[in-house]
Amino acid sequence: MSAPTGNAVPRPAIFAFNEANLAKAKQIIGKYPAGRQASAVLPLLDLAQRQHDNWLPRAAMDYVAGLLDMAPIRVYEVATFYTMFNLQPIGKWFFQVCTTTPCWLRGSDAVVKTCESKLGIHMRESTADGLFSLREVECLGCCVNAPVIQVNDDVYEDLDAQSTAKLIDACRAGNPPPVGSLGGRKHSGPASGLTSLTQVPAAGDE
Amino acid sequence: MLQDKDRIFTNLYGLQPWQLSAARKRGNWDGTKEIIAKGRDWIVNEMKDSGLRGRGGAGFPTGMKWSFMPKATPEKPGDGRPSYLVVNADESEPGTCKDRDIIRNDPHTLVEGCLLTGVGLGAHAGYIYIRGEYVNEAKVLQAAIDEAYAAGLIGKNACGSGWDFDLYLHRGAGAYICGEETALLESLEGKKGQPRLKPPFPAACGLYGCPTTVNNVETIAVVPTILRRGAAWFAGFGRPKNSGTKIFCIQGHVNQPCNVEEAMSIPLKELVEKHAGGVRGGWDNLLAVIPGGSSTPCIPKSVCDTVLMDFDALRDAKSGLGTAAVIVMDKSTDIIYAIARLSQFYKHESCGQCTPCREGLGWVWRVMLRMVQGRASIEEIDTLEEVTRGIEGHTICALADGAAWPVQGLIRHFRPEMEARIKAYKSGALRQAAE
Repeated sequence: MSAPTGNAVPRPAIFAFNEANLAKAKQIIGKYPAGRQASAVLPLLDLAQRQHDNWLPRAAMDYVAGLLDMAPIRVYEVATFYTMFNLQPIGKWFFQVCTTTPCWLRGSDAVVKTCESKLGIHMRESTADGLFSLREVECLGCCVNAPVIQVNDDVYEDLDAQSTAKLIDACRAGNPPPVGSLGGRKHSGPASGLTSLTQVPAAGDE
Repeated sequence: MLQDKDRIFTNLYGLQPWQLSAARKRGNWDGTKEIIAKGRDWIVNEMKDSGLRGRGGAGFPTGMKWSFMPKATPEKPGDGRPSYLVVNADESEPGTCKDRDIIRNDPHTLVEGCLLTGVGLGAHAGYIYIRGEYVNEAKVLQAAIDEAYAAGLIGKNACGSGWDFDLYLHRGAGAYICGEETALLESLEGKKGQPRLKPPFPAACGLYGCPTTVNNVETIAVVPTILRRGAAWFAGFGRPKNSGTKIFCIQGHVNQPCNVEEAMSIPLKELVEKHAGGVRGGWDNLLAVIPGGSSTPCIPKSVCDTVLMDFDALRDAKSGLGTAAVIVMDKSTDIIYAIARLSQFYKHESCGQCTPCREGLGWVWRVMLRMVQGRASIEEIDTLEEVTRGIEGHTICALADGAAWPVQGLIRHFRPEMEARIKAYKSGALRQAAE
């Protein structure tokens, strides 16, 4: 029951930044020295992807190439090299499940199983309603809070089968929880109580 | 145990606001102008004396690295190329999540560190390359940079010091290889992240062909405190040549996974038991530890019992401190799979430029998968070891080395387990055939 992908997907022939994003793009290009505007290709592709339902059609790559005075092939090379560019449409809630060793040691198998069974799809597939896409990803760099899932921009941490199921339900209801640990701890200190930084004066004191 | 008064990252857990006003109360941006006034040479020498070694994994002495940057003098005027500072915030080494906490909870340590490092390098511009997945972290860091600009701490005449320094944040887009410094520079220039041949080294020819120093986030973020409190203070922690404090990421089969800043050279056992609540099921339930992020070979319990957490002690144990990501595995772990999963990671992240890496790591992964099942012959363990030796050291960058070492570590310490798996599969297969 996965959504249509590949050539079956209608692809826009034309892409252009909206006014707000064009202004942002100009500001981004300004970060780099004159003549080095190609440096802006990653942030501009990211901006284009965000404007276009979180995926990059070829028209968007061509547009960015024109904006940066780059050969289109150079932009295609970049767009296909980096994993965060989605070259196919993806679901509204993009579940990227980390299964690298640190997450695996903490039970990412159960998280994967919950995602697949609850969504009824496998890795690299999307639900037919277009709500969810599922992908196995490599280390997301939140390892002391393993296992983790990145949903769109937000990482959910300290997961298990139950909290993963709840997370899916919350997203389906359009009401995802606040970003961070779903295991009840703040950031990356030991959950049972701090073993350091207990003697630091509060920033409000003086 | 390190005392709180000697901890550099006093907001590591985000218990206080990250914003400038709170950061100032924690001591950030205190006397920055006076430090800059002491000059470039003083800063570089102080860093040399502090004994700080790069926190990104390789452990190269930071002060020495800075001294490689060209210096224009009246007798030897420069060639007009600007110098750059590039901060490596592409934290992607499996197990490592320390820079993330610096960026989201203590970003002003990094912003101030960039300015002071800029002075030390003779650079008027810096780029921070942050991994693309850290979307929310990048928002905090950009806001911290904006705050620093608004307060006149960076930009023209930074802190009123007369030094101009611009700082830019650049987001990556998902590629482990961009943590390799020359791949990072390629990426920052808008290309695929494929490492460059060295020499020339970045200090001679880096970003846009200009002299560049690439440093890890933690390396830069400790600079202000070192310069404020003095090289001797920093050098007072840890053993000689391994000095300072360090953020450790303790994870895996421990009771309380956490990040913690501790003194270098702390015994591994003490680190795990004091801060991470000990190994699940007790210390005797320990199987092995990967002590410094996925690229470092695992060490068995017998080594873990006594080993110190620093560059030299772990090197002597045929592993490495790496990024100090301590991945703990208890006796329930299928260690062959744990390492095979890392092989999958490296296969996935190879940039494809060098044949030994592109072809070899896929091969290693496939053989490792068979090793997990035991569907191999005993001699293939030797073949596997031999192939990893053929990959190691034969590529442009160290990704392939980092992929070879975990497998070599597995074979070195857990060969009996691998052989037992193979024998079990054989006998199981024979039994199945008989039935």
